Amino acid sequence: MHQFAITPLGSETLTGSAFQFTNSALWMLIVLGAILLFMWGGMKRQLVPGRWQASVEAITGFVDNITRANIGAEGRKYLPWVLTAFLFILFSNWIGAMPFGIVPAAHPFTVTSQFSITGVLSITSFAIVLVVGFWKHGLHFFTLFVPKDTPFVLKLLIAPIEFVSFMVRPFSLGLRPFVAMFAGHILLDVFGNFVVQGLNSHSVLGYGISGLCFVFVVGVNALELLVGAIQAYVFALLTALYINDAVNLH
Amino acid sequence: MPQLTQLSLVYQSQWLWLLLVLAAIYLFVGRGILPRVEATVDGRDARIAADLAAAERLQGEATQTEEAWRARVNAAHGAGQSEIAKAKAAADAEAQARIAKADAEIAAKSDAAEAALATARASALAEVQGVAAEAVQAIVAKLAGGSVSAEDAAKAVAGVMA
Repeated sequence: MHQFAITPLGSETLTGSAFQFTNSALWMLIVLGAILLFMWGGMKRQLVPGRWQASVEAITGFVDNITRANIGAEGRKYLPWVLTAFLFILFSNWIGAMPFGIVPAAHPFTVTSQFSITGVLSITSFAIVLVVGFWKHGLHFFTLFVPKDTPFVLKLLIAPIEFVSFMVRPFSLGLRPFVAMFAGHILLDVFGNFVVQGLNSHSVLGYGISGLCFVFVVGVNALELLVGAIQAYVFALLTALYINDAVNLH
Repeated sequence: MPQLTQLSLVYQSQWLWLLLVLAAIYLFVGRGILPRVEATVDGRDARIAADLAAAERLQGEATQTEEAWRARVNAAHGAGQSEIAKAKAAADAEAQARIAKADAEIAAKSDAAEAALATARASALAEVQGVAAEAVQAIVAKLAGGSVSAEDAAKAVAGVMA
């Protein structure tokens, strides 16, 4: 569990202050730097893009497609936030999966394995949904919970269910990327431990298990990259879907 | 699970740094870079669409020009053919006329030559007769010692030569 622990940088103990600099803050800044460096490649603005500019345009085009397909023409207004969340989750997940641990004294840290981080992301998305919904539709926004063309009795039953499912959204949205990273890194930790313990056992069976687990670690690492991208995509997709509810109701 | 056990100690700094980082991404990337990238992509798409439309238009124009050119070439071919036929006919007629004229000239020349030949022959014959008559007179005078008149000699010669 050490890989998930937050340690203070520049001081001895965690003080609970908002201004304390921690390894988590450091890796957030590294993620920020990586995102800015990468996106800076999109500023070349050439008519025929190079590889770098083409990658940036591919990512913005990908997220733009998500918002446009789910929200419609108005989706571009919400693209900056969806792209911000997408890039932050994607880069955090992937930078957390990089083998920085082989560098002495470097302690890799996955920012998105903290639900205090993913929770803020999901609550921000949820807050946008609420603000946009009530801004555009006022109290009509509550009709979101009442399906159209349904018998009154069913409406009575369905509205509370819809309401609960709506209120669960920020939790599911925030827990999903956190759980994916948390579980993936624990899996890596467990198999990594098996590799070391198998080697330490000095037995043929131990070496066999060790080799098998090493293959697993490689596989899980590859899977982790895939999951990291999928979680970023899912977060962007669900944010766009929820914003669509607020913009267009049903 | 450090995420839970440390939560009360770290949540404030986590949130502060997260909000700073998200605000930076939102401002620099979402509001700064993204519109420029989108403008680049939109501009490129518009450019491609405009280029395709222009290419289509130019192709239509080229087709039209080619058709007009072909019509002009066909018309020119037709005009050329009729010119050639006309020129041929004129040349034929002229040749015929010249041949006819040359034939007439040649005929006239040969007629004149024949006439000249005939008169020349006639005068030559007359001269031969004159000479023969004189010779007859002289022979008669020498051999027979008589004299023959020029008229009788001429008659005798003419009777012999006829």
